[in-house]
Order: sequence, then structure tokens, then C-alpha cells
Amino acid sequence: MSAADSRISRRAMLKGSAALVVSFSLFDLRKLSAQQVPAHAKLPGSLDDEPMLDAWIRIDAQGKITLFTGKAELGQGVKTSLVQVAAEELAVAAHSVELITADTQRTPDEGYTAGSHSMQDSGTALLNAAAQVREILLSTAAAKWSLPKQRLTADNGFVVSDDGKRIGYGDLVTDELLHTQATVESKLTDPRKYRLIGQSLPRFDIPAKVTGGVAYVHDMRMPGMAHARVVRPPSYSARLREVKTDDVEKLPGVVKIVRNGNYLAVVAEREYQAVMAMYALEQAATWEESATLPEPAELFSFLDKQPAQTTTILDRHGPADAPTRQLEASYRRSYQMHGAIGPACAVALFKDGAVTVWTHSQGVYPLRSAVAKMLALPEDHVHCIHREGSGCYGHNAADDAAADACLIARALPGRHVRVQWMREQEHTWEPFGAAMITKVRASLDRKGNIASWEYEVRSNTHSTRPNRGGNLMPSWHLDPPQARPPPRALPLPDGGGDRNAIPWYNFANARVDHHFVTNTPLRVSALRSLGAYANIFSIESFMDELATLANIDPVEFRLRHLDDDRAKEVIRTAAQKFGWSKRPKASGRGCGLAFARYKNQGGYAAIAIEVSVDKQTGQIQILRAVAAFDGGQAINPDGIRNQIEGGIVQSSSWTLHEAVTFDRTRITSRDWSGYPIMRFSSVPHSIEVHIIDRPGMPFLGAGEVAQAPTPAAIANAVAAATGRRLRELPLRLEPGAAGKE
Amino acid sequence: MIALTVNGQSHEIDDDPGTPLLYVLRNTLELNAAKFGCGLGQCGACTVLMDDQPIFSCLFPIAALRGRKITTLEGLGTIADPGPLQRAFIEEQAAQCGYCIPGMMMRAQALLQSNPAPSDAQIRAHMETNLCRCGTHMRILRAVRRASDAIQKAAAHSKPAIKP
Repeated sequence: MSAADSRISRRAMLKGSAALVVSFSLFDLRKLSAQQVPAHAKLPGSLDDEPMLDAWIRIDAQGKITLFTGKAELGQGVKTSLVQVAAEELAVAAHSVELITADTQRTPDEGYTAGSHSMQDSGTALLNAAAQVREILLSTAAAKWSLPKQRLTADNGFVVSDDGKRIGYGDLVTDELLHTQATVESKLTDPRKYRLIGQSLPRFDIPAKVTGGVAYVHDMRMPGMAHARVVRPPSYSARLREVKTDDVEKLPGVVKIVRNGNYLAVVAEREYQAVMAMYALEQAATWEESATLPEPAELFSFLDKQPAQTTTILDRHGPADAPTRQLEASYRRSYQMHGAIGPACAVALFKDGAVTVWTHSQGVYPLRSAVAKMLALPEDHVHCIHREGSGCYGHNAADDAAADACLIARALPGRHVRVQWMREQEHTWEPFGAAMITKVRASLDRKGNIASWEYEVRSNTHSTRPNRGGNLMPSWHLDPPQARPPPRALPLPDGGGDRNAIPWYNFANARVDHHFVTNTPLRVSALRSLGAYANIFSIESFMDELATLANIDPVEFRLRHLDDDRAKEVIRTAAQKFGWSKRPKASGRGCGLAFARYKNQGGYAAIAIEVSVDKQTGQIQILRAVAAFDGGQAINPDGIRNQIEGGIVQSSSWTLHEAVTFDRTRITSRDWSGYPIMRFSSVPHSIEVHIIDRPGMPFLGAGEVAQAPTPAAIANAVAAATGRRLRELPLRLEPGAAGKE
Repeated sequence: MIALTVNGQSHEIDDDPGTPLLYVLRNTLELNAAKFGCGLGQCGACTVLMDDQPIFSCLFPIAALRGRKITTLEGLGTIADPGPLQRAFIEEQAAQCGYCIPGMMMRAQALLQSNPAPSDAQIRAHMETNLCRCGTHMRILRAVRRASDAIQKAAAHSKPAIKP
């Protein structure tokens, strides 16, 4: 087997489909063998899936540089960071390049923008592609001038020689020059010489967002565009028995009522006309509902009793001293929602048997496949273009809104159709973050070290993304309904419910079981950090419980059980900057710390938190949070701080405020009054983020690293303040129960 | 027809008088800043000023706005010439997805117009109405503080204050 033949596409593996073998051109095979690249050598980042340099970088005759990424701006600042890495290696100014993001007719297919993967995948690809393009430009100029390449440098869009020759990039490129395969090795710039990487470049998208520019798919206005609203069933299993449409059709502006099985929507000339017609149509519809949801008060015992597929994901045996003490505990996490501030939106045009949809989906290519299947169109008749939306925090309703727009546009060919969900629809139909139960038992030896660790996590799938047909919710309501694919556990190392279930600690004896529950009564999918949120909550809460049992300081206890120096450094940094050793011990106040390496392969974060607890009301207030973060080479430090600050606040909101509510039939947390989230009065008084930069080291991602340590840091601080150990998310102290046990 | 004054300009609006202001701003007048968030007055993404008061434009029918002066984020400055609050939000990089930010800014604008030098506690209390999901709160608070400081500095040099 040749080197190239053994290279299996990472995406093919992620999809779990039959191995798709990407073959190199003969030219590259020769180069590869000349470099004696090992058989498993992979191209850097997403170049491994899309190796053509001109799929990522194009330069026109005027020297204008256009970058292409399959990743999307979700409000995490990825556009700015991607431009920084490419412009760095191309030796040009950041503002001189254009970046095209996720578009199924223009950009590489990079799957989903998710899992803190953007800089690892696309950032790494663009960094290396840009370095390789720069070297090609240098070689081309060297040949043209018959000079040794070492005498040339790339400088702000020109190749210059040490004897004063100068030529623009645009004068060097030909159609074919960059139409070549990337190589495994790149001549990367010495991090000490970075001009752009490591700088807090202001984000490109913010000025338009604070001055009323067109910034979101919600802001698109197309000529003759009609507005649509969908009437969603009142509950998951509701069936539309009857709908009287005559009166609704006569309402002002109504263009069309779309009905297909249990799917019901209305199109109007103006947006508010569509809203009014939607309400009228809701009144005109009669639904048949049934009680399919578990008894809410018994959710966790229900989940505990469900049959599960059990996988042992860690089974480690090693020498340890005899255990002298044992402790066990169980932790729980309620269903929680993404809760975008802007309900999902999409614009679609169906014309000549093909559909174009502008969407804030996290994955335009998987969406294209799913829409093609839903509409029974060939994939090349579906064009998905990413436009920004309100922050999504994982798989929310974005793809479903795109499906709505496509279904409705098909009924109104030739006209752009804009559809936006209502608040109640977003709250009741988005896929939630799944409920979880964990159980942990550990023993300590006589020195207070952990001799054994047994951990179980029980949960549903943490992704029902539309990459496999049938996962677009609107398609379930059609006649005939599209069958939903059976839920599937996400494979490690990323994992789903078992994300971060394997502790990063060096326990000599450890076993971790993942109980994957297929019965999925509430719609669930990926919510930022997936299972890591509750797994790290459990592990890091229990580490404190064990530290208390061992009578060892919780920071010291963690350090004792770690071999990884980067892990130790974030913990030491957070503790030191927080003032852990001289932390206040006033009544009703407490401090806690938690650590995680996201997905056991991404960024490292340690977070220390001080809380105060109101003994009368049981209200928990975060006073301050101090985070230390190591994500490898830092590209945009302020962008990282923004992500970590935001992650701490969002995760604090989940932790202190949020649980989806339901009865036996319906979701009952229908808006922000039924599902309160953190407001200004309860955000921390201060947040500090300390970045440990690792020049030249791989990008590890920052978007989701703060989510997982935050709840345990809070719970540990509450335990320190009150003596009460809270083991269920959201954390709730009943009034008057805050006194020391 | 309903006469509306938005950002100092008069408009004759032919939308149904019961139409909430938000839809008229976004669709009829093609102003992007005010956003639909809940339609229920719970999140503040649609916040604009009516005279000097912050209102939920998703709830206010245009029939109730005759003779009132509406100000949206577009009225505070442009991308080429941003106003003090807009500059402060850019300088603090006070946005992630940014969807809630125009509403946040208009609520802050109402505060700074009535009290150019609010305390940090007053800023927090005033902003309570508006929701952010990305967790940008710390930066939003810093940006409002920065704008307040800039306005006071400008006032000390007797330059035009924030109020148009």
C-alpha cells in the first residue's frame, strides 16, 4: 500500500462511513516518497480533506488575495483570527485580504463549525497553505530572476530581492500556479517574527454590528421577498386533525398557506402580516396530542431505568497502595437550551428546480445533503450559503429554519422567502442539551491519594445534527414524514455524552463506562461543550469532595494527581492570580476551583470562583472569577479573553438558572419568563482571564473551554461557603438552607 | 398613513396602524439595528428610544407613536463616523455575536442622556432589562463606562455632548 493509499480522510472517519481514500497526484506521490514521509502522514488541519492550495487561497492579476474557509463566523471572531494566520504567512496586511466563509459553491467542505475546532482545522490549514503559497511565489520569482531563493523575501504583497528587484504577487501568479496539492511540511514563519499572530486585532465584524450595518441573515432584503411564518405543532407528537384556512386566506397580505401533512405555514407580503396570519392559523388548527414525555418530577429515575448500550471507555490498572477510605456520589444535569437571542431565520429561493438558501447553519455542506434528501433533489441543485445569525452555541434551530425556508420557497417558486421563528417556537422546538446522570466512586490510600476511580455517565446522544438525512425537524411533519435516523453516540476522542468523562488525572486504577440511552423523549442535540459540561462538573466536584475527605487543599490535591505540566501550570496560574492561598473565609462566602483539558485534547483551563450566598434566600452570587487558559499559540488574545469571559458567564447562567420544563405532553418553558437566564444583576462582579501563550505550538481552540470547569468551580465555592454540596444542575439552594451543615 | 419621525427624518408609513414599530423600522424603513428577539418585551433586542425613553419596539404599535421622536442605533452615528457610545463598544470589542448589542446600546444611550455620569451600580441596574446570551455582559458594562467617561471628558472641553 502506498503512502497516499493509506491516508484515510479524517472526515470519512468522523462520518463513520466507508473509508474514503483520498489519492494524491503522481507528482505529489513522488514528492512524498522523496521526503520519506511516514505512511500515516497527514496534511495539516483541513488540508487533509481539501489539499488543493487554490481551494484556500487565490490571488488575482491585480494581486488581490481571497481566502476561503469552510468555517463560519458564529460571533466567536473566527473570521478575524483566520485572516490573521493567513496574512501572517502571506506577508501581507490583514485588511488587504478578503475572506469567503462557508458556501457550498465556493469554499472547502469543513463539516461543522463546532467543538472549538475552527482554528485547529481551518486555522491550521490556512496557516500552512499561506506559507506554501508564499514559498511558491518566492520560487517563481527566483526562477524568473535566476536568483537563489534565499536572496528573496515576501513583503507586503511583493517579492523583493536583496539587490532591489521587486514584483507584485499578482504579476507572479498564473491560472495554474496555485492549483497544486499542499505538502505535508510547510516553511512556517518563526513565531518570534510574527507581526499579526498574537496581536489583539480588532474584530472585522464589530463596526457594522454597532452601527446598524447589514450583519445577519435576518437583515437580508431581496427584491420581491415574501415573509413566512410556520405554525408548529403544540407538542412533539401532535397531529394536525383539521385546519380551516378560508378566513386566514382572506387576511391582508396573505399570499399562500402551505400545508403538507402536519406541516403548516403561511406566506404574506409583509412580515407582520405573516405573524398575524400565523396566529390566526394557530387558532384555526385542531391538533391531536398525546402524553409521550416522562413525568417531569421523575426525570432522573426515568433516565436511570432506560435500557442503555454500555461501553467501557477507560479500563486502567496499575500499582496502588491499599485503599483506606471510599466515597461515592451521583450528579445530575437537567435539559438546558441554547436559547439564541434572535430566533432562527433563513432566506430561500426556489427557481428552475433548484434551491438557494442563506442560513446561519453551522454546517452548510451537511445541510445541503439533508435538504437535498428532504426535497428529493440532487445535491448540486441545493446551494447553501452561510450568513451570520444570532449566536447559536451548538446545534439549535438554524438548520430547521433553513429547511422551513426551502419547503416554503418550493411552494412559491421564483420568489425569495424569508422565514423567522417566533420566540415560543425557538424555546419549545430547538434541540436541547441532554439530561445526564453520572455516578462516581473512588478510594483513597492512607496518604490521601486516589487509589481507584470508577465513573459512569448515562445520557442520550449529544448530536442529532442534519448530516444524516431525516434530522431536519420540519421534515418529520411532512406527509409522508421523513424517518429519523436512530440516535448514535459520538465517537471518542471528541465524544458526546462521554466527552471529558475520562479524567485527565493520573489515577493508577480507573474505569469509565458510558451508558448510551437511545430512548430520546425530548429533542436533543449538541449544546456547547456537550457532555463535558456535566462530566467535568461531576469529576471536579468529586475531586473537591475527595480532597475534603483526604484533608488536603483542593489545588494541591489536583496537582498531586496530574503528570501534565501544562495542566499544572493553568491550575497554578489560576490559583496564584486568584490569591488562592490567602482566599477570604468570611461567613456566607466561599471559593472554588476547577480544571479541565477540553475533550482531553484541546485547550487547558482552570477557573477559580468566589461566591457569596444569601442565607435567607439561598441566592448564589458570583463575586469574581479568575481563569487561566492555555490554547497553544494564541492568535488573538483579546478574542480569546472575549470567548472565555463569555463562556464563564454563559456557563454560570446554565449552572445557576437554567432547566427546561415540561409536562407529560408539552414543553412548558416557552419564553424568557418560563426559562430565565442570567441578567446583569447576577453576572460576576469581575472576570479575569490569564492566557498562557505557547508560541509556535498547535492551535487548541478556545470557544468552549470555559463551559466545563465553571459549574464545578461554582459548586465547590458554594460548598466552601455553606458546607452544602450541590450535585444537581442547575444548582439550587432552598431558602434558609444555606447555613453550615 | 401614519407620520413617524425616526432619527430626525419624517416618514409617511402605510403599514397597518397596529403594526409594531420594529417591523416598520426593519422592513419599511430598512433600518437593521433593532432586532426581533422575543416579541414579548422580555429581552430588549428591539430597544429604541421614544423621545428620551427606551421602549420595546416589538410591542409598540405605530399608531401610538404619532408625534413622537424615535431614535434607533443608526441615529447615533455611522460606521465612518461613529458616535461616542459606538466608539466605546468598538474600543472595548463589546460584542460576540452582537445580536443583542443594538438594543443594549439604545438602553445605555437612554441612561447616558439622563445621567452622563452613572455609577457602575447604576449602569448594571439600568441594563437589567436586556438579555445577552453570549455572556458579553462584562464588556458591555465596560463600554458604557468608557462612553460615559468620554462624554464627560468631551463636556469638560465643551465639545458637543452625546445628545444630538
